[in-house]
Amino acid sequence: MDKKKKRMVIRGLILGLLACAIIYTIYNSATKDKVEVLQDGDKAPDFELVDLEGNTHRLSDYKGQGVFLNFWGTWCEPCKKEMPALERQYQQFKDQGVQVLAVNIAQSNFEVQNYVDQLHLTFPVVIDKTKSVMQAYNVGQLPASFLIDPEGKVKRIPPGELSEQQIQTYMESIKPE
Amino acid sequence: MSLIDISSNLLLIAFFAYILGTVLIAGSIKRNDGAASRAEKWGKAGIVVAVVGFIAQLGYFITRWIYAGHAPVSNMFEFTTAFGMFLVGAFLLIYFIYRVKTLGLVALPIAILFISYATMFPTDVTPLVPSLQSHWLTLHVVTAAIGQAILAISAVAGLVYLLKEVDPKQKSKERFWLEAILYLCVVIIGFVVVTLTFRTMGYEAEFTYVDKNGMEAEIVYNMPALFGMNEYELKTDGVMEPLVELPPYINAKKLTTVVWSFIAGTILYLLYRFIVRKRICELLNPLVKKVNTNLVDEIGYRSVLIGFPVFTLGALVFAMIWAQEAWGRFWGWDPKEVWALITWLFYAAYLHLRLSKGWEGRKSAWLALIGFAIIIFNLVFVNLVIAGLHSYA
Amino acid sequence: MEKVKCVCGHENPFGTKICGKCGRPLTEEAKAQKVLDMKYDGSAIRSKTYNKSIIDKIWNFFSSVKVGVSLIVITLIASSFGTFFPQKFNIQAATEAEKALYYEQNYGTLGKLYYELGLSDLYNSWWYQILVGLLAISIIVASLDRGIPLYKSLKNQRVKRHESFMKKQRIVAHGPVTEGDASKTLDLIAEKMSKLRYKVRRDGNALLAEKNRFARSGPYINHLGLIIFLFGLMLRFIPGFHVDEAMWIREGEIRAIPGMDGYYLENEKFILETYDNEPTRAQIEQGVSKIAKNYQSDVKLYKQPEGAVLGDTENLDLVKEYSIRVNHPLKYDGYSIYQMDYRLNEFKSMTFGLTNKQSGESLGTLTIDLTNPEKEYVLGENTKVEILNYYPDFSGLKDGIPQTASQYPNNPAFVFKMITPDKPEGEISFVSIGAAPVEAGDNEYKMTFKNVETRNVSGLAIKKDVTIPILIVGGIVFLIGLAIGSYWNHRRLWVQQLEDGTLLLAAHTNKNWFGLKKDLNVVTEYAHLPQYIDQLEENDETKREGDDVE
Repeated sequence: MDKKKKRMVIRGLILGLLACAIIYTIYNSATKDKVEVLQDGDKAPDFELVDLEGNTHRLSDYKGQGVFLNFWGTWCEPCKKEMPALERQYQQFKDQGVQVLAVNIAQSNFEVQNYVDQLHLTFPVVIDKTKSVMQAYNVGQLPASFLIDPEGKVKRIPPGELSEQQIQTYMESIKPE
Repeated sequence: MSLIDISSNLLLIAFFAYILGTVLIAGSIKRNDGAASRAEKWGKAGIVVAVVGFIAQLGYFITRWIYAGHAPVSNMFEFTTAFGMFLVGAFLLIYFIYRVKTLGLVALPIAILFISYATMFPTDVTPLVPSLQSHWLTLHVVTAAIGQAILAISAVAGLVYLLKEVDPKQKSKERFWLEAILYLCVVIIGFVVVTLTFRTMGYEAEFTYVDKNGMEAEIVYNMPALFGMNEYELKTDGVMEPLVELPPYINAKKLTTVVWSFIAGTILYLLYRFIVRKRICELLNPLVKKVNTNLVDEIGYRSVLIGFPVFTLGALVFAMIWAQEAWGRFWGWDPKEVWALITWLFYAAYLHLRLSKGWEGRKSAWLALIGFAIIIFNLVFVNLVIAGLHSYA
Repeated sequence: MEKVKCVCGHENPFGTKICGKCGRPLTEEAKAQKVLDMKYDGSAIRSKTYNKSIIDKIWNFFSSVKVGVSLIVITLIASSFGTFFPQKFNIQAATEAEKALYYEQNYGTLGKLYYELGLSDLYNSWWYQILVGLLAISIIVASLDRGIPLYKSLKNQRVKRHESFMKKQRIVAHGPVTEGDASKTLDLIAEKMSKLRYKVRRDGNALLAEKNRFARSGPYINHLGLIIFLFGLMLRFIPGFHVDEAMWIREGEIRAIPGMDGYYLENEKFILETYDNEPTRAQIEQGVSKIAKNYQSDVKLYKQPEGAVLGDTENLDLVKEYSIRVNHPLKYDGYSIYQMDYRLNEFKSMTFGLTNKQSGESLGTLTIDLTNPEKEYVLGENTKVEILNYYPDFSGLKDGIPQTASQYPNNPAFVFKMITPDKPEGEISFVSIGAAPVEAGDNEYKMTFKNVETRNVSGLAIKKDVTIPILIVGGIVFLIGLAIGSYWNHRRLWVQQLEDGTLLLAAHTNKNWFGLKKDLNVVTEYAHLPQYIDQLEENDETKREGDDVE
């Protein structure tokens, strides 16, 4: 009798294990497109980029402040619409511990400078010459915004272009206590 | 005489040697009654001639390799010819194990058919595109072809087995299908005949048409167009207008060739039936009367046993290594790859059925023929019709 | 019901067909056979033994060879469906909707149906994966069920077998020795069989010669290899186990390598070479004028120093310089970078001349690096050209403002301010390719286009697959098993000297009876044994082809 039980358990275990393996594989294959994207609550990958004046900005230097990280390009139309609102909100929040970092995607200093001058942007604009930061943050379409809280964690990743109202709400949410 | 001419001549020698070999072997069987020793001589001579042919073709292969600077397996002509050579090689290998000459009676004509079929394609040496410049690829193609050739011997054995076992005088499903296979061989002859006929006539008809991407394109038919490409326009004067126009996703030129081959093949077959008044299987039956069916059955099984690992190594393992080196992915679900996998699965099923279900004899013989059909399908149909990475011609 | 007791006293597991000790047939079916079914040496296939609980039933289902073969055939047929039309991942279309359209446009209603049934992505479908998974279960269960009892039964083989076992073998011989002293026969057999590399064991008046028993393990080894291989494939689905990325990189650029953290690549040069042969017949038929000979990207691979964060490209270390070609990927640190694609002749820089419209007099030329334009270009004293605005991919005007469609200089356009000694306050001109300049007022000077320099773009793929070693191990194990099972065969010869002085012989092999008979012919002649018969041979006395082989 004992032997019978043992046989049952072994067979059951083997079959169960194999069934799990199949289900797990199908699950993984069904969700494979969604992995590796940065998610809310993840630690924001640290980076170091140079702005137009030649100053280096390192994300971790802003620890203790909320960071509104914005990826953009001069050719991107919604970015252009978003920028003035971002600038206005920056003026509101910069003294409350919220920093804006605008990351341009691998364009020339000339184009970026021109753009900054035309739109009168005062927040730091850095250029991701090698696209390394863009890749680490999995940026697909522009503009892309990341809200990073004072602890350096990703608080939220709002999709697409943001309205001024949204920007304000989000900045509020990453204000240090 | 340049190297490439030597090469072509060697191929020609091999071709005629195979024909002569077939005749001698057939003669040895026919003459078995009465003068047994003379028959023995004929049979020996047949094998010697086949070996000479094989060496000549090996010479063709090597000289062409030297001339081209790469293994001559890179286009439809070269690959099919090489396959014919490996088939003869596999036959000789099996012959020297089992000494059954009768197999040559089927193997050699198949090799002849392959080589004639091959020469219907462009025979010039083509330079290799970058992805094909790889030793792994050479290894992959050659090993896969050798594996397929050995597997094909099991179909040869299967055919011999069935020619003996299936009663040609008794109406049966088996007789029907057996005759159908032989009829298809005649269709291949038909293909060669029509291609040669229209080629010697210098037939050419130029068309413009609209391809599936909506682009204007040109095409030249070398046979009277039965089917026209999508929105075709005939540019040559005094030739036949197509009978039907086809939608853009069907290649009407290839379909025309296929239909012409069937027409010619059918005429040849009917002509044969009219003259001989016997089914082909009935004609061939006496030639195989003397074989030991048990032995032939074992040869069929043994060649699968020998060929299957070689095929696995060549068509799957080396293919994966090459794909990994060239594209960074060892498997891409390209139709040719999938059909190699299907071939592999099929022979795996064959082995399991034979081992555990006792499928021997007739069942096994039919399976071997189906397996060969899959190999041929992969060689001909997948290359010519389903275009993929491997489309040669 | 747990045990079947044989006449000889040996207790066999339930389901055994042939007694493991003496070889007597145990089942009615086996007793009725003229030639015993020697599959798995008559040992009990485990699954057949119990059929009680649901687990046993599932187990038995997968243990069946019939089920296994059916699964193979279903997989085979299902796989072929995926080759009717191209698979989705091979289609050059960006969005799902475009792909759907592709099938309908190219293959009509059938194509649409193909897409809608999901056959266009068959090999990634859940049901195809289940099919392969079921096949894996079948391989494992069937191998366990057959391999273990077979191993036990072959390990515990007795030399002496019962007469009924021997007489029911396919190859048997019975009779007196044809010549000489019968008492020496077993010695002679032992001597010859040892020479033929058989292992000979004796037990009184009985002898067992055995060769290549390991060949019986072939199928189980190759099944193990398959399982290792499938396990490797399964791991590939787990995120992080393989990297599969692509990048475009222009000549002169340094880019972070996607999927390869901390590494940067510089593209020095992309080279396309073609053959200069006369077009062949095949080329003419396909309308191909030139055949490519080489695609090559000359690159430098850099690594960030330890502790450097993203984007810090100050102190990159050059780790490798390499020419990536097709079939020759750059390999480093488990990653491989492949040459996959290219684009030729993208604009790199443009040269303009500043000329007087009236006199045609040139005040100098300037070359603008289109990826890094400067604010102003000084041509001489009081003469310079400023760029007020730059549109790398000019796409027309919107509300009177020039737009750029992308950051790439596909169609560069500029707003120049030309400062000359004549016009120190400057003249403004909008210059784009292929269109007359748009001027603010009536300018005296103009920018004349001189020439353009181009550069190429390399399309590379970045791959890393940590499962490859597992797949290699699986593949090798599979091939070894296959070779063992196919190229060697297990041969056995049983001999017994009976009371009346006659010899009883029986022989068995799992494959290649022809080879076994060759061995038997040798030993029959040497030891003057009675002629064996093959009980499955037709009783045809005429000499047949192949029979005369020694």
